[in-house]
Amino acid sequence: MDLSYGEMAEAYRADVKDFLSTNWLPAGDLRGGELKKYIREFRTKATEQGYLYRAIPKIYGGSEQPVDVIRAQVIREEFVRARAPMEVGGNGMNMTVPTLLEKGTEEQKDLFIRKTVEGEYIWGQGYSEPGSGSDLASVRTKGELSKDGSKWIINGQKIWTSQGMQATHMFMLVRTEPEAPKHDGITYLLIDLDQPGITRRPIRQMTGEEGDHTFCEFFFDNAETPVALQVGERGQGWYVSRTTLKHERASIGSADGLGRQFSKLVELAKETGRIADPVIRDKLAQIEGFVLSHRYTSFRLFSCSAAGEDPGRVQLMMKLLLTETGHEIALLAQELMGEYAFIEPAGAGGRGPRGPRGPEKWMDQIMGSLGNSIAGGTTNIQRNIISERGLGLPRDVIAGGGK
Amino acid sequence: MRFHLSEEQISIQDAVRGTLADKWSMDILHKFADSESDFDQPSWDALMALGLAGILLPDSGMGLLDAALVCEVAGEAAAAGPLIGQMLAVAAVSRSSSAAAKAHLEALAEGTTIATLALGDSAYVPCARAAQFFLTGSRDGPISLVEAGDGVSIETVRSTDRSRPVSQVSFDGAITHQLFAVGDPMAGKLFDAALVLIAADALGGAQKCTDMSVEYAKEREQFGQPIGQFQALKHQLAQMALEVEPARAQLWYAAYAHDADLDDAPRAAVMAKAHLCDVYVRSARAAVAAHGGIGYTWEYGLNYWFRRAAFDRAWLGSPSEHRARAADMAGW
Repeated sequence: MDLSYGEMAEAYRADVKDFLSTNWLPAGDLRGGELKKYIREFRTKATEQGYLYRAIPKIYGGSEQPVDVIRAQVIREEFVRARAPMEVGGNGMNMTVPTLLEKGTEEQKDLFIRKTVEGEYIWGQGYSEPGSGSDLASVRTKGELSKDGSKWIINGQKIWTSQGMQATHMFMLVRTEPEAPKHDGITYLLIDLDQPGITRRPIRQMTGEEGDHTFCEFFFDNAETPVALQVGERGQGWYVSRTTLKHERASIGSADGLGRQFSKLVELAKETGRIADPVIRDKLAQIEGFVLSHRYTSFRLFSCSAAGEDPGRVQLMMKLLLTETGHEIALLAQELMGEYAFIEPAGAGGRGPRGPRGPEKWMDQIMGSLGNSIAGGTTNIQRNIISERGLGLPRDVIAGGGK
Repeated sequence: MRFHLSEEQISIQDAVRGTLADKWSMDILHKFADSESDFDQPSWDALMALGLAGILLPDSGMGLLDAALVCEVAGEAAAAGPLIGQMLAVAAVSRSSSAAAKAHLEALAEGTTIATLALGDSAYVPCARAAQFFLTGSRDGPISLVEAGDGVSIETVRSTDRSRPVSQVSFDGAITHQLFAVGDPMAGKLFDAALVLIAADALGGAQKCTDMSVEYAKEREQFGQPIGQFQALKHQLAQMALEVEPARAQLWYAAYAHDADLDDAPRAAVMAKAHLCDVYVRSARAAVAAHGGIGYTWEYGLNYWFRRAAFDRAWLGSPSEHRARAADMAGW
């Protein structure tokens, strides 16, 4: 084993550093529109160098680079070090673009990829419904063809859409064949959200978070989208939605968030005068055992990815390990906080200025750790995935039904 | 950058696994467990024929990671014999300047002369009656190779771990070859290496407990279906896998850091020993629970791993002792 990246990577790193030192020099007084313009121009230059949008073809504004996870990692490290902006994030880059690259028509690619890459289009995810959470394939939002067969007419409700108040478009799963087995009656549609048949509303969360930056629910009342914006075959939407971004996805830093959170927990123990308590020291080191397992497994996944080898079942475990360790951190933080637990942290729920915050700020993590183990596949669904796909145990009869 | 096993490392593990499947079957383990012996010559000879005792020789081209991969498979099989002591004795003697000890190096590296691990304060030593040498000492030194015979008293005790029976050993005037003096950094390195190899044994054992439970859950039927289809059990098995599989990379790191002489190697060893031994104990308990009645019988054999988990956990210090050290080392 060898944790160095090798001479070629280090030479490449020197190029990236050189580029950043001459091209990422935002003046401290840049604000608002000027700063946005500076960042946009910087991203264009970085893309020309092959540093950003490496998986996106040049005709859609990407740099179209061959897969090289080591180079991607070096770029990430140097951009983070220089605090330089990387790609526009969000559902558009993570979900819409890879799905369109794999399953979209030429027209769909032309219409959407470049504008998504440039940040002009913001995408909401239209998967969950009030009656369809873990059992996502049970979606009931209805899609019916217009009489002339040119449009889908959509009625129903979607929920838990991130960036919902900002979204310009949505990719969604709608039921188009009510008689078919549940996985085979769903169609994947793209829709413009700026139309009279769509109402959106923010969801107030248990954290108190509400307003513009929280999840939304969407109501569809005879909303419309052209049949040309259907991705994949009619009735095959479930399988279209399984497309994920594989390109250079592995990264060494993927586990650092947990490590940083653990370091802050140690700081909290110092701040509240509990660090000398042997019980606390033991509990901290117990949690660190899982943090280290997560960290070095991310090294292992990265290494397998760089070598083009399948890491096996361990890759199915990373989300659950992350969220379970997050719960342990939350529980110990709640002990360490003491009476600071009486106070709601400033800026909780995105309300008002955050200002300087004391140990009470941990209430954000304490509640947030619960959100993490629901979002993107709940903890019990992760356990099903590990036991069925990872350990080869027989599928649950009910959950596997319909297919 | 490479942080997963090479084909060569996997083939070494396969060779050890195949040898033990042949020479250390459940039948053999059962017979051994009820015998009075603390050593099994045929399986030892077969392992030594693979050259395992020499892995930590300075010129072997291998290192602690390779030794750990072997110990992992030994843990998986609940193998008999002082494999960890043997490898570390070779590592220590070969790096020492003691001519008297070095006279035995060739036989130690071939495994024809047997050495066992007696580091630390504990009087309990595995495979003591079979050993010709004891690797003794403390973390701050000295480290010595003690010859069996006059001045070594060995008292047989009933052992929890039936695969590596212990004896109570005391030394009084035995022939002793000092390998490293007080203050020699090699002493601490040997201790750390021992922790990593025990953690590797624990990893193999925890994996075995998980594998046995998963296989049983696929075969055993109740209420007209395999019990592995019931979500309650599936989730317990997923939890076992969740603890074991990611911990593998933590062990690799501890061994790699030792080989590469990284600054955090001593703490990585301590953390790995604490974490893996906890995981092993939890896995062994969960395995008995997942099996139900059959797991509670002697005949099924799961108890050998349960007992070995208790041994690994206590050997060279419990998890909480190591976590206390880890906290100090982090400067908390």
